[in-house]
Amino acid sequence: MHHIISIGDFDRSEIDRLLDHAGQIDRKKYDAHALGGKILAVLFFEPSTRTRLSFESAMARLGGTSVSVGSVDACSMAKGETLADTIRVVSGYADAIVIRHPKEGAARLASEFSTVPVINAGDGAGQHPSQTLLDLYTIRQSMPIDGIDIALIGDLRYGRTAHSLASALSLYNARLHTLSPAGLELPDTLSAQLEEKGMEIIRHESISEVIREVDVLYVTRIQRERFPDSASYFNVASSYRITPELLADAKQRLIVLHPLPRVDEIDPRVDESPHARYFEQSRNGVPVRMAMLMQVLQ
Amino acid sequence: MKNMESAENEGLLVRRIRNGTVIDHIDGGEALNVVKILGITGTTQEALSIATNVPSRNMGKKDIVKLTNRELSKEEVDRIALISPRATINIIRNFKVFEKKGVEIPTLIEGLVRCPNPGCISNTHEPIRSKFRVLPKGLHCIYCDWVITRDITSHII
Repeated sequence: MHHIISIGDFDRSEIDRLLDHAGQIDRKKYDAHALGGKILAVLFFEPSTRTRLSFESAMARLGGTSVSVGSVDACSMAKGETLADTIRVVSGYADAIVIRHPKEGAARLASEFSTVPVINAGDGAGQHPSQTLLDLYTIRQSMPIDGIDIALIGDLRYGRTAHSLASALSLYNARLHTLSPAGLELPDTLSAQLEEKGMEIIRHESISEVIREVDVLYVTRIQRERFPDSASYFNVASSYRITPELLADAKQRLIVLHPLPRVDEIDPRVDESPHARYFEQSRNGVPVRMAMLMQVLQ
Repeated sequence: MKNMESAENEGLLVRRIRNGTVIDHIDGGEALNVVKILGITGTTQEALSIATNVPSRNMGKKDIVKLTNRELSKEEVDRIALISPRATINIIRNFKVFEKKGVEIPTLIEGLVRCPNPGCISNTHEPIRSKFRVLPKGLHCIYCDWVITRDITSHII
């Protein structure tokens, strides 16, 4: 049985193969009934729009069906049931489970108790492998991933998408530039792991000092609740804002990515720029998740 | 002369046992942690002898733990390797060494160490035991990827 829990479980050839498959799907080369008769249980214990909808859409495009509970309040975990029991029960109802949960390691636990494949759709500040795969896919649409210079911007401490992407990019000889407010830097343990794998990490104070160098700007949301008051939040958030003026100095091939939702991090005027790829990135969630579903269900 | 003295002292401090386990060559000062790893509490019914900071020719100082009427399993023995990789285990039957073995660092430890990450699923009421992969740099939580790099004993459950 094949689970997808962490991007760290993939080697480079497995990632490349999955992205190649997503590319074929994107070119409409797939069987629209490939997962006919299969049922996907969608267990989301945290809010989500893109991830949830794109998994359901991916399942539907392959001829399968999704079932879910409406919200955490509406399921038996609200009555105190353990996740382990929930998974045991749900794996009797479906052919695969996609799970999002606030606790780190929840998907790994689910894979231990499930009798069907489990896909991690985000566990707390931990892993979010489907997001990472679609991020890599989006980069690859514009340039070869090998050897790129990428800047991770925003909340790098709690941002699971940044952690997963950084780990995956260590397989591609990428050079990492980081920009984050004080207290929201990349965790030391992760930095140490990446450097051990040979990844060069360069910390910067301002975006302008790195904008000419990088191929990818990966912008993440800085959450307001991490700051003591609105004034200090706006002060910090504005210094990390991506604007058309800032992008005037960028390389021609630079792309701007964001896992979305964005709030103030990217000026809406950037949407018209040829550098903007975040809506494309979001759309890529469907072919990439179709490839993932086919991998675990076929 | 000095060695003889230390040997005599050792003899006085820790008596021979008829049946049980002698854990020798524990790193100096780690005996109480070894006892903790073995899950031995103050309510144990069996005789337990602990000698700490005993002079040792090879180790400088070492600790010794003698447990009567209990023979340690391989799993228990290997847990000791996490804090004292040079320890040796002697299984004693009728005052004689029945079996002598070293400790091997396990590749995976279950239920021994608590993950320090408060957000880890292993720190909830789920029916699981903590699981750590033993890596050269420390213990890696298989659930949340946290790595304990130092002071492992303070995380023992």
